Amino acid sequence: MSDAFLQVRDLKVHFPIRTGGILIGRYTPLKAVDGVSFDLNPGETLGVVGESGCGKSTLGRAVLQLIGATDGAVSWLGTDLTSLNKKELIAARENLQIVFQDPLASLDPRMTAGDIIAEPLLNYRSTMSKAERRMMVEGIMERVGLLPRMINRYPHEFSGGQCQRIGIARAMILRPKLVICDEPVSALDVSIQAQVVNLLMDLQRDFGLALLFISHDLAIVRHISHRVLVLYLGRVMELADKAALYATPRHPYTQALLSAVPIPDPTQERNKDRILLTGELPSPLNPPTGCVFRTRCGKATDLCASQTPKLERAGDGQEVACHHWKD
Amino acid sequence: MTSVLEIDGLTVSFSTPDGDVSAVSDISLSVDAGECLGLVGESGSGKSQTFMAALGLLADNGTATGEIRLDGIDLLSASEKKLNTLRGERIAMIFQDPMTSLTPHMKIGRQLSEVLIEHQNVDTKTGWARALDMLNRVHIPAAERRLDMYPHELSGGLRQRVMIAMALMCEPEVIVADEPTTALDVTVQAQILDLLTEVKDNLDAAIVLITHDLGVVAGLADRVAVMYAGRIVEQGTVGDIFASPAHPYTQGLLACTPRLDVETEELITIFGQPPNLQNLPSGCSFHPRCTYVVEQCKSERPALEVMNNGHIKACFRPHVEA
Amino acid sequence: MSDVPINKRRPGSNLSVPNADALDKAADVEGRSLWQDAFRRLKANRAAMISAIFLIVLAFICFVGTAFVPWSYEEIDWDILEATPPNFATGHYLGTDSLGRDLLARILQGGQVSFLVGILATSVALVIGVSVGATAGFVGGRVDQFLMRFVDVMYAVPLMFFIIILMVVFGRNFYLMFLAIGFVEWLTMSRIVRGQTLTLKNKEFIEAARASGGSTTSIILRHIVPNVFGVVIVYVTLTIPQVILLESFLSFLGLGVQPPMTSWGALIAEGAQEMEITPRTLILPAVCLSTTLFCFNFLGDGLRDALDPKDR
Repeated sequence: MSDAFLQVRDLKVHFPIRTGGILIGRYTPLKAVDGVSFDLNPGETLGVVGESGCGKSTLGRAVLQLIGATDGAVSWLGTDLTSLNKKELIAARENLQIVFQDPLASLDPRMTAGDIIAEPLLNYRSTMSKAERRMMVEGIMERVGLLPRMINRYPHEFSGGQCQRIGIARAMILRPKLVICDEPVSALDVSIQAQVVNLLMDLQRDFGLALLFISHDLAIVRHISHRVLVLYLGRVMELADKAALYATPRHPYTQALLSAVPIPDPTQERNKDRILLTGELPSPLNPPTGCVFRTRCGKATDLCASQTPKLERAGDGQEVACHHWKD
Repeated sequence: MTSVLEIDGLTVSFSTPDGDVSAVSDISLSVDAGECLGLVGESGSGKSQTFMAALGLLADNGTATGEIRLDGIDLLSASEKKLNTLRGERIAMIFQDPMTSLTPHMKIGRQLSEVLIEHQNVDTKTGWARALDMLNRVHIPAAERRLDMYPHELSGGLRQRVMIAMALMCEPEVIVADEPTTALDVTVQAQILDLLTEVKDNLDAAIVLITHDLGVVAGLADRVAVMYAGRIVEQGTVGDIFASPAHPYTQGLLACTPRLDVETEELITIFGQPPNLQNLPSGCSFHPRCTYVVEQCKSERPALEVMNNGHIKACFRPHVEA
Repeated sequence: MSDVPINKRRPGSNLSVPNADALDKAADVEGRSLWQDAFRRLKANRAAMISAIFLIVLAFICFVGTAFVPWSYEEIDWDILEATPPNFATGHYLGTDSLGRDLLARILQGGQVSFLVGILATSVALVIGVSVGATAGFVGGRVDQFLMRFVDVMYAVPLMFFIIILMVVFGRNFYLMFLAIGFVEWLTMSRIVRGQTLTLKNKEFIEAARASGGSTTSIILRHIVPNVFGVVIVYVTLTIPQVILLESFLSFLGLGVQPPMTSWGALIAEGAQEMEITPRTLILPAVCLSTTLFCFNFLGDGLRDALDPKDR
């Protein structure tokens, strides 16, 4: 187990938003990601959960440097990705791939499925012959559950689930070491979601992939992840092994999230205790001081407003950022 | 007790350049006052189109045949004028995306009061007063201030509450909620579901909850109807459907929904893909994906069969109640 | 339409059944591209198809027809030496102009020039416009600022004078003329392409292309250009008539093609001088020019409707 696989340290992504000024603009930073740190090991899946505005998609893209980081470090196999120039970054991307949320939008509508899947080969294996490329494309198509003879079909002729398989084939064709999955099943029907999740897990086992699985669906994250990171307004609330997080969530936000997920069982769903959050999500242009969650938390005190809680150990394989998690 | 809303033999088809497509084929449903019917299905099931037809909101190339009776009045054969008086006042709809369903350039207060002014002929002052009252009833904080705001100034959750308020303004007999929480975060969804439960408990309206999320249905519905490829494949009380599903599709849906309370080694899936409505399989539309398929399923379409307790299924396979 | 895919199952899963038909090793299924869809829609548009056919036929006649007409465009019929009405006996099917030259031959030759200028000048505009627009839009930042300010400045220059000065300085060279016209028309093309590129830049498949290791050049060539092509084609069919008109105007001013070579614009200029005596010499080339412009515009409209993304 290499200790220098993926290490993210205090990553910050701030977008300057113009908030005033007539001739000379006045800019306020939108703190999409505000100090996130975690490690990812080979063959492991880290689930990143949170609701809208928590910054999880921005985080995924910042790890790949598709969005530039404002501060912090992303260390991949020992190299800091934030310090690479354009050419070196392209070279590093061979092992860092991404699967997007919208299956159809992530495919060029004017290219055939075969061309789409083959594009990484054109970029990184330019010496391959056309026949060799085609063989590889057909191979990966079969592996993800697509009929190879659909190779000349266009994206709009496939269903949502099949489009997502094309996206996965494209990401996997170079056998990358790390794949960021940005809400890969949210836009799919429930019965297809399960198929795609199983596919990702299969591929992870076969290729020894590390996955960063970003999603708002806690039940799916539970199924696919080894460890889970809970984000709120760009900060980490809790980072724990799957079993610990779902059995004994320590952070009030995690507890509220878990209690909110509907259970497909009438007796359980109607009788369970739901922890309802008060208030509204604050604007990332003006996050609360101290703990960003305090405006909606039942346990908030003055300490929460003045001091930002740091991630501290709350048990085996569990870290919480909360002053009052013990209460 | 006669039902408030009765759908009888409804078929909805759309004419496309590639021929006619039946989104809904011969379905019959009913909802009673004070009960919540959950209509479950994935894409292509026809669940939304059923009620778009009921409210006269079908696209230009769509035609609906059959009968949809609201308290005896057939909505499908009603004139546009008659429909206008019924919509909003006796049957109201809550849509999935509140951002696109609320008029962006009109203040909230005006949109809410307009419903009353239009249907019940009250004056503006009363309209706004009732609007304020309704915003409070749906637990919108600082309601007076919100009346003066525009939709884009509110968050998704608040907008959905406004939509619910708008639907409730005239105290309709039927409320149709089409995927009301799908576009919302899970914590906001929990709040809205709580509100809908409250509405159901306090009002005597019939509620139709259209969704693909079985968890949402489990929390709110009294009865459930499952749709696949434009037809109802199973119907029953919420207890029966969840505890003892009769149709393989329902069983599959329940099995492949990942749950927080159950740990599984591998996610069970339903083999295959959602149906292509322009090229449906012969016989039972579900047979290419079914574990229990036999020869009969490929040639003959199973009719709806009533088992005990109003539990209905469309499947040849015999069912044993759990 | 969509086939049932293979879903590799692990033994023991109880809800999966290899129910699909046996995987036949049939040939690849050919896809139906968006272009084919658009072409199908275009074919349904009567006005556009009639215009397209008309243009093709007219161009064919202009380029091939000169071989079949007894007179050439510059030959003066010494027997006539003045404008005469159509006369089959002498071979002047449309009559002659005031200098005794066959009108039909001159109209055909004028058509050649007009079409050539239209297509060649637009091609120049196309290449420059797409390159500049796509690069400015995609790369953004300083490059974009610089290129677009350059375009803005060029817009401010009175282009008529620019062309006139070019023609005066370098002489009335045939090829120079359409270079000059093309150089003027690329400005709007680049703005349009830049706008489209900006929209495309934020689409997910462009992000996916970057994640797949694409360099800026490869993304522009592989993804941006094919996707702006639709808009470009429409704009091209609308630019060609503008170019022809511009050339006609130049000829009308006496700055276009050198006599005895002629274009429809030059013919119109000549004909206008004798409008009261022999309206034929004005009307006939004018009708040709107008119908050609009409047809290009109808075709352009039809293409725009056919390529409308609403159906996707």
